[in-house]
Amino acid sequence: MAGSNPNAKPMNLTLKVWRQKNRNAEGGIVEYHVKDISPEMSFLEMLDVLNEDLLHKGEDPVAFDHDCREGICGSCNLFINGRAHGPEKGTTTCQLHMRKFNDGDTITIEPWRANAFPVNRDLSVDRSAFDRIIQAGGYVSVNTGGTPDGNEIPIPKPIADRAFEAATCIACGACVAACKNASAMLFVSAKVSQLALLPQGQVERKTRVENMVAQMDKEGFGACTNIGQCAAECPVGISLENIAILNREFISAKATSNNLA
Amino acid sequence: MSWISNTFSSSIGRKVLVAITGLFLCSFLVVHLIGNFQLFKNDGGAAFNIYSHFMGTNPVIRTLEWVLLLGFVFHIYESYTLAARNRAARAVAYVESRPSQNSPWYSRSMALLGTIILVFLLVHMYNFFYRARFGDLDPDINNNADLYTLVYSSFKQWWYVLLYVAAQVALCYHLIHGFRSAFQTLGLNHRKYTPIIRAIGYAFAVLVCAGFAIMPLYFFFFKPELAH
Ligand code: HEM
Ligand code: SF4
Ligand code: FES
Repeated sequence: MAGSNPNAKPMNLTLKVWRQKNRNAEGGIVEYHVKDISPEMSFLEMLDVLNEDLLHKGEDPVAFDHDCREGICGSCNLFINGRAHGPEKGTTTCQLHMRKFNDGDTITIEPWRANAFPVNRDLSVDRSAFDRIIQAGGYVSVNTGGTPDGNEIPIPKPIADRAFEAATCIACGACVAACKNASAMLFVSAKVSQLALLPQGQVERKTRVENMVAQMDKEGFGACTNIGQCAAECPVGISLENIAILNREFISAKATSNNLA
Repeated sequence: MSWISNTFSSSIGRKVLVAITGLFLCSFLVVHLIGNFQLFKNDGGAAFNIYSHFMGTNPVIRTLEWVLLLGFVFHIYESYTLAARNRAARAVAYVESRPSQNSPWYSRSMALLGTIILVFLLVHMYNFFYRARFGDLDPDINNNADLYTLVYSSFKQWWYVLLYVAAQVALCYHLIHGFRSAFQTLGLNHRKYTPIIRAIGYAFAVLVCAGFAIMPLYFFFFKPELAH
């Protein structure tokens, strides 16, 4: 891992990592030292180096989630030096590079903190609360049958673009992690506004927002107080406008849906 | 009718109540501020006492007073309920957290700022409202209860002036966040209008709170002794 930049000096770092055996065990911060980290490495590659060291010493490696390592899957969720996905704006942890740190730095690494995201082990949390919110209404029903024509339902380009913007949410949960209230409103709002914009989303428009918000509350996420920490830390730039759309959708659904419960 | 209670006990439903009552309280602040400008008249308090007599006896005002009380009760109850729920949503705190890098402090401190305002309100209500309505104030030259003299003597005490000014600073920050936040909660966000709403909220918060804060400061520093 020498890196392509010959001037990049390798770094020595102190890591303070949250270690926790399982969901019910007590956790705590453990200090480690890593040497000769190339500034060209990603943050996850730096953790790979740490884990290799630990394996050589016969210790348990640090559990952390990752999959694509190219910023699209939303698994690599670490709270680094007090920020969701670390100090750089608009990135996931896998896209954060060690050149953002300096030789001799101490880096604190913690899992997402929210009651709705229990810690599985070390830095890995259970985000299935998000799955249950999506199951509650974040879909459109499609009748099976012959393959429909691609242009059967015309969608104007500006609307398609706005829906796509909302659809770029990768469900990482940084919004929840960064929010003082551990609120999932930005995540929920991205899906609700994406589907509310599209013709396919109209059939379930009212039940969707009612059920998704009910599930969000049931999972124990906090309520939004419009601080904006979520949008500031979101790696793909989902905007606060979506939360206003969610509020609007919810208020009008509650006022006009046929649901009496 | 369970859908109504379900709506208003949901997280968004409670927020909507906080927003509506919050904006209603903003309208009250405007009326209260304009009325209180009578304090600046140099007539020994005659105009201010006429105004306060009117506010204490007019049936329309007396009815709206109950609406205002309800507004405060709902605003405080719902916002504290939300704050408690939000605090509980993260039982294990971060070891290291740097929220100042993603948000302003006052937006994160609405419950604290609200609590300062509440403490002020209780002192304020006891000293002026309760004593004007149920107390034993002496009559002034027009035979109106002399609230002015009570205001005057209160605003000559340094700790009272300090409490008032501190409360207005808290209210100012509460409103800088609260004004725009209420529109967002009600779903009113638009790239054309949101920057305007933000600017209006900023100006509203600063002007209203400065207006209230000037009153005790003016009495403390510039008002000569009452000629009795
Ligand atoms: C004249 C007095 C007051 C005015 C004009 C006012 C106004 C507002 C406004 C406009 C909001 C924003 C609503 C929203 O975010 O949707 C708000 C939020 C809030 N208020 Fe007040 N308020 C006042 C007094 C109080 C008091 C006495 C308390 C507590 C004891 C309080 C506690 C809160 C809290 C905790 C919030 C945060 C809710 C949130 O951010 O969503 N307020 N207020
Ligand atoms: S809204 Fe942004 S921060 Fe929240 S889950 Fe989606 S991508 Fe992650
Ligand atoms: S590992 Fe997939 S987004 Fe980082």
